[in-house]
Amino acid sequence: MYDVIIIGGGVTGCAAAAELAKYELGICVIEKESDVCEGTSKANSAIVHAGFDAEPGTLKAKLNVRGNAMIRELYKKLDFAFKQNGAMVLCFDEAQLPDLEKLLEKGKKNGVEGLEIITGDEARASEPNLSADVKYALYAPTSGIVCPFEMTLAFAENAFENGAEFKLSTMVTGIEKMSGGYKVITDKGEFETRAIFNCAGVYADDISEMVAEKRFTITPRKGEYMLMDRDAGSTVSHTIFQLPTKMGKGILVTPTVHGNLLVGPTAENIDDKENTATTASGIAEVKAKGSLSVEGLPFNKVITSFTGLRAVGDTHDFIIEEAATNFFNAAGIESPGLTSAPAIAEMLRELLSNNTDLKIKENYKATRKGLVHFAELDRKSQNALIKENPAYGNIVCRCETITEGEIIDAINRPLGATTLDGVKRRTRAGMGRCQAGFCSPKTILLLSEKLGCGIGDIKKNGRQEVCEDA
Amino acid sequence: MREFDIVIVGGGPAGMAAAVSAREQGMENIVIFERDNELGGILNQCIHNGFGLHTFKEELTGPEYAERYAEKVRDMNIPYETETMVLDISKERVVTILSRNRGVEEIRAKAVILAMGCRERPRGALNIPGFRPQGVYTAGTAQKLVNCEGYVPGKEVVILGSGDIGLIMARRMTLEGAHVAAVAELMPYSSGLKRNIVQCLDDFGIPLLLSHTVVDIKGKEKLEGVVIAEVDSTNTTIAGTEQFYPCDTLLLSCGLIPENELSKNCGVGIDPRTNGPIVDEGLETDIDGVFACGNVLHVHDLVDFVSEEAARAGESAAAFVKRGCAPDSTSAIKIVPKNGVRYTVPAEIHTADLLGDVHIRFRVTGVYKDCSIVIKAGDDELVRRKSRILVPSEMLDIIIKKEKLESVSCDITVEIEEV
Repeated sequence: MYDVIIIGGGVTGCAAAAELAKYELGICVIEKESDVCEGTSKANSAIVHAGFDAEPGTLKAKLNVRGNAMIRELYKKLDFAFKQNGAMVLCFDEAQLPDLEKLLEKGKKNGVEGLEIITGDEARASEPNLSADVKYALYAPTSGIVCPFEMTLAFAENAFENGAEFKLSTMVTGIEKMSGGYKVITDKGEFETRAIFNCAGVYADDISEMVAEKRFTITPRKGEYMLMDRDAGSTVSHTIFQLPTKMGKGILVTPTVHGNLLVGPTAENIDDKENTATTASGIAEVKAKGSLSVEGLPFNKVITSFTGLRAVGDTHDFIIEEAATNFFNAAGIESPGLTSAPAIAEMLRELLSNNTDLKIKENYKATRKGLVHFAELDRKSQNALIKENPAYGNIVCRCETITEGEIIDAINRPLGATTLDGVKRRTRAGMGRCQAGFCSPKTILLLSEKLGCGIGDIKKNGRQEVCEDA
Repeated sequence: MREFDIVIVGGGPAGMAAAVSAREQGMENIVIFERDNELGGILNQCIHNGFGLHTFKEELTGPEYAERYAEKVRDMNIPYETETMVLDISKERVVTILSRNRGVEEIRAKAVILAMGCRERPRGALNIPGFRPQGVYTAGTAQKLVNCEGYVPGKEVVILGSGDIGLIMARRMTLEGAHVAAVAELMPYSSGLKRNIVQCLDDFGIPLLLSHTVVDIKGKEKLEGVVIAEVDSTNTTIAGTEQFYPCDTLLLSCGLIPENELSKNCGVGIDPRTNGPIVDEGLETDIDGVFACGNVLHVHDLVDFVSEEAARAGESAAAFVKRGCAPDSTSAIKIVPKNGVRYTVPAEIHTADLLGDVHIRFRVTGVYKDCSIVIKAGDDELVRRKSRILVPSEMLDIIIKKEKLESVSCDITVEIEEV
């Protein structure tokens, strides 16, 4: 019997697993896809929000500001890419200045440090490509950008190293109460546990209703994005927002932590929890609205477009609660969910500690070493690495300069990649301007060799099962 | 630090021909760096025939054509290092390379010839809406999987774009037992060679849908089908023409992009029309001693043209080294593409430094019938050539005599005159 089963291997579930793995607990993460970070966590703006946007007093406000502070430390311990690049919220009209001031006040109430309103000219002085129509901007220095895959994987791997189990390609189909806990029924068998964390993203309402009465509804809110070549990555250096609306923070323009330029998202409530298709109208909207903020966005340098689904709860705040004895919901984790993830994990652990005595593990490992990123090393370290393992001297992905050594590491490491997308999200192989045109045949061969499958068994994405022993 | 007279970046058809030519000009200390594990480049996956009619007066397959040049490289003892990636080229021609055996190494070159080839435009750059399932490949990636790895990615195929690789893959997939439902082409004309349309589509009864494009991709995990619609003259979808094609494979043949990341980092000026370096008549870029040829310079439709062009680059690079790596002696005159001409290679000429006659290569912007190609220096007509039909898919090559050019001091224009 486990102490805690965590349903959902997104950033919330993996952060929770990493938090609980500090303690003497038997933990299991159950994820329906064949990899972690396959849902909302993989397709979002990748922003570590400062925290001025949420209504003061809400969980979103509190956990955002706390999460922001935590990530600014955690990235060093858990070795994932993060950069505190600062953000600006633009206002295009004198008449909107009061709205910007309200945002500033909210931010101050939420405890966000360093906020100030600057003039359009001041904004353009540090961001020369901003539209000439920008009148004022709210400047938020604590805002940052992160690699959401790396961050989720860092939590997952850290949890794994500290003893958490992961059951991938395993879908929860029902939950039964039993004496002293729950029986979690999946398509791969039944698992008993004392407590459950429901971190199931857009499906959190369905999972909650397996145990408790209907408490909330999750609506998937579609957000479409366009990602541009590294050539365009320096178009802006800050994350550029427009004044928020009811539907969210609007279309942003931001560099990514790996040097691309990201524009999006749209915001459209839909019914289908699997509908991650992009649309012609969505792409058109991203182009039109993005161009309001930044002049001459180079849309001819788009290398891919994608859609993410935000898990929007009908309570307009994160739902973090004990819904039944030892059944905890972490639901409605829309923006700023990525930022808040470590703070949500802390809060879940505190809720659990009301019923359960938590003892720190003796040999708990607080740090995790990520993959070596060859291109980021200095010359001396590169050569030392190649001497030790010549596979680091062979480039597989030419666009992102990713070596065979990195791809093999991504496959062989704990919770390793079993799909092309899994390799891509761990190493960036295939994430560049040719979008895997050249490297995918080579990556397929490496996956096939290391996993012992035929070429035809190697899948692109994590929704399909790969060799079981992988 | 190792030092070379000429470093050739890329061991495909362009790199090999450049190396052979440089050696023929007496350059002893040269080297080819190739990132793959053998010479030949993309030709190695082009197992169909049709190569070499101009160069060897016979019809070869891609690997055979590559082998002809690889043999020359070996016979001439031209050194080449495979599985070696060039990471950086500096303005001072310090070249940083990476390999298993030598690690990261800096070497010095008197001249560098860029011959990195091109890449395919990916789905993401085409802004096709829909899901991102397994089963969407660029035609060249599918070609590599089928021809080199022996893996046929699907059974029911739709192809978007009528570039030559797409047409070749329509035939290949059919021969491998798949069914190709259609080739959709956004433009009202094909971007592939006429002979490929006949031999790869018509002969197999595969429909070519001109002025059609893919407007939606269905299937979240695996490709389930695509929606194809007709477009009007502004490339806007015509409502009501949408048709669903069930398929498990979508191949994209929607253009090739010269791979100039190394060139750009080196500071080489790029022509936005070709996406290749701006070069003079000796195929020298605006960085002294850095030359370019083949598909990295501009996308070719025939490898024979690549080899011929690369030989000139090799010759020019050798001349540069021989004359002591001095810059060109005069300022250049420009070649200006005008009516109906999309670009020219070269874009400029140093009339005082001509090694021989000058090839002007270009593509037209649309289909032109019963017209003339006119090349002028001011009012002075240098060349006038009548043509029954000119199409954008065929690169044109006009040679201007050295003697005619030596006296020219004003910009040269290239245009299409319609009757």
